[in-house]
Amino acid sequence: MDNIAIELRGIDKSFGLVHANRNINLKVGKGTIHGIIGENGAGKSTLMSILYGFYQADRGEILVDGKAVSIRDPNAAISVGIGMVHQHFMLVENFTVLENVMLGAEDSQILNKGIAKARQELKRLEKEYALEVNPDAVIEELPVGLQQRVEILKALYRRADILILDEPTGVLTPPEADHLFRILDQLKAQGKTIILITHKLREIMAVTDEVSVMRRGEMVATRTTRETSVEELAELMVGRRVLLRVEKGESKPGDVKLAVKGLTVRDSRGVTMVDDVSLEVRAGEIVGIAGVAGNGQSELLEAIAGIRKAAFGAVLLNGEPVDVRGHADPAELRERGLAHVPEDRHHVGLVLKFEECENAILGYHHDPRFAKGMFLDVDAIRKDAEEKIAKYDIRPPNARLRTANFSGGNQQKVVLAREMEQDPDVLIIGQPTRGVDVGAIEFIHKRIIEMRDQGKAVLLVSVELDEIRSLSDRILVMFSGRVVGERSPEATEGELGLLMAGVEGRKEAAE
Amino acid sequence: MDFLHVLFVLLESTIRVSVPLVFAALAGLFTERAGVFDIGLEGKMLGAAFAAGAAAAVTQSVWVGLVAAVLVSVALSLVHGYASITQRGNQIVSGVAINFIVAGSTVILGEAWFRQGGRTPALAEGARFQTINFPGADAVREIPVLGPVYADLLSGHFLLTYLAFAMVPFSWWILYRTRFGLRLRAVGENPGAVDTAGISVIWLRYRAVICCGILCGFAGAYLSLAMTAGFVKGMTAGKGYIALAALIFAKWRPLNIMFACLLFGFLDALAIRLQGTPLPLIGQVPVQLMQALPYILTVVLLAGFIGKAIPPKAGGVPYVKER
Repeated sequence: MDNIAIELRGIDKSFGLVHANRNINLKVGKGTIHGIIGENGAGKSTLMSILYGFYQADRGEILVDGKAVSIRDPNAAISVGIGMVHQHFMLVENFTVLENVMLGAEDSQILNKGIAKARQELKRLEKEYALEVNPDAVIEELPVGLQQRVEILKALYRRADILILDEPTGVLTPPEADHLFRILDQLKAQGKTIILITHKLREIMAVTDEVSVMRRGEMVATRTTRETSVEELAELMVGRRVLLRVEKGESKPGDVKLAVKGLTVRDSRGVTMVDDVSLEVRAGEIVGIAGVAGNGQSELLEAIAGIRKAAFGAVLLNGEPVDVRGHADPAELRERGLAHVPEDRHHVGLVLKFEECENAILGYHHDPRFAKGMFLDVDAIRKDAEEKIAKYDIRPPNARLRTANFSGGNQQKVVLAREMEQDPDVLIIGQPTRGVDVGAIEFIHKRIIEMRDQGKAVLLVSVELDEIRSLSDRILVMFSGRVVGERSPEATEGELGLLMAGVEGRKEAAE
Repeated sequence: MDFLHVLFVLLESTIRVSVPLVFAALAGLFTERAGVFDIGLEGKMLGAAFAAGAAAAVTQSVWVGLVAAVLVSVALSLVHGYASITQRGNQIVSGVAINFIVAGSTVILGEAWFRQGGRTPALAEGARFQTINFPGADAVREIPVLGPVYADLLSGHFLLTYLAFAMVPFSWWILYRTRFGLRLRAVGENPGAVDTAGISVIWLRYRAVICCGILCGFAGAYLSLAMTAGFVKGMTAGKGYIALAALIFAKWRPLNIMFACLLFGFLDALAIRLQGTPLPLIGQVPVQLMQALPYILTVVLLAGFIGKAIPPKAGGVPYVKER
């Protein structure tokens, strides 16, 4: 590496008591794709925000093309050729693509001249990098993949030579992610330098040339991607050996605990989200539902859990019917042995402003263990919370801390502990490890297997295909609201991918 | 002919009462499109009206009055800006506070300075705006229909009236055809996009708030220097709120704002006209009902019966960088 695009020397940054970056050194070669990997809260985003001028480092130097630069604000970053594609797109949703690309780089006070120029420039960029997008399309009407393309175009329009992508695949479907990687390769071929921030090991292995690992604010290692392995990187990230593959024995399915028959769910606009879905989950087995996000899995879970009304169909819980078309009361379902770990823990699973111990009993607060008449038994609640904290290794171990102050992985453990410890017959789980660190994922997966081995019926929905494949005993694939196929967990990723894309399923349905 | 006559009188007074609404609603357009909600239009207008009346009474100059109105209104806007942009306070609370402070202090200062029960002294001709008569207005008045349109509807208004209606296309041009407008609309939808593009969110929002102050200044000056000859306590009488309603009713679009203000102005003019006159079939309509109509229409709009009013997405939310 004699050609260095960016060099960081001794970058240090604290937010109050939190030491987000400690003495970070990093060299990124020109024309390479450099991955930065680390768990949530390892300091990756802070580091990149310093590079983009959002924050100023307390100490340290930034060198671009060998020259020391001071990056006080995003303007300064743009002027030295750094562009950023943010995790949450920085786009104005009711503006057109053209307006978004122009914003901040309009050239003149009156827009007309600038618009013509921007249109031309956009066309040139589209051709040069094969990034087609209609300049007059309104952002909110574009699919996420195209919105991201606009973000990339924005950076290129500002003549960025160094592109930082912050968790770019978090919102993308697998085919969209693959497409993005092709674009990145293309950009690299054109001589751009790319910094890819992610916590997904697979992506690092797939596209990067070099990879740097961050842990607790420190840069712990830099490796050449070809010479490292997923296992080594995982260990560097977490600081100990991690089992990436879950170990589990044979399942011993028992009686049918949860039966769904011809369930159809429509959304508020009357669009059919779940279309005539039938499935069974037996005691002691994990049924996984695979599918690209937005194909009805969320609505299916919500309908079974009683928080969304179904249009048709029936659900049997322990052989007893559930009134899914009328008022299935989630509280009543809980009493009948259904536990639900919702997909969206921030909006449905937790009250973030509550203390951890309060969230740990949410929904079970009427239980005589936690309530004396109409009053809460605060002592019992705290004691219970402390037991769960110990059992699930929730950190920091403080039951009185506001839930918002826990990391994503620990928040998820709070929800899992609450639902799993009620000894339910049926456990339905949505996205068990979304936004959760590698170390915590291992733990959560183990607990889910344990639940199965205790004879619980587990229904699992996840957009992470690896997760579905490693946990499930049977896999159902949903596409466009329908179950388009059932496979064993030995099915290949390609086979499942085709089902998820709706290619195979249509044939199967036609036969 | 009698019906036409009544209609012309109604339309003329519609234009007259719409002017402060147009100014104030456009003022609100600038701040709200930039993501700063402003319930303090009423207070700014009232403060400006008082400043205009007081300054014009003392100096006997209508122009000094106008400048004073704009200065006071901009100063109040900056207070709102400081509270809600710099200090990230609650924008509604800040706006309401301004309304209350102005409502009280104009009376106190007016009484202390002029001792006329909170009024400012009646203004002589040179100290207030005069209507502008177009050439030949009187000559053509007798021509049926077109005559009165020219003589009464187009001619014979105050300078500020023409300015108000000229501000409508001008505001549209600023918002949709200039760099400032593009950025202003962007900052009201997603300030993060503006910040990452290397533009200062705070400075941009301050400029929007200043635009609002200038326009509210015109609205206030119109009330005390043109519509009446001097300041009377509480003379805005809820026009700031009607302007807000018009802004929502118009879905934050300049041309719609003009029509919404004319509609609400027409209802106002009609209410005055109908006072005490029984209508066929319905009988006497209570004035209060007519006065409430703008609000009722806005509520109906918000309930989704006549389309949807989607406010700027970042409206009311102070901008904080992540973390």
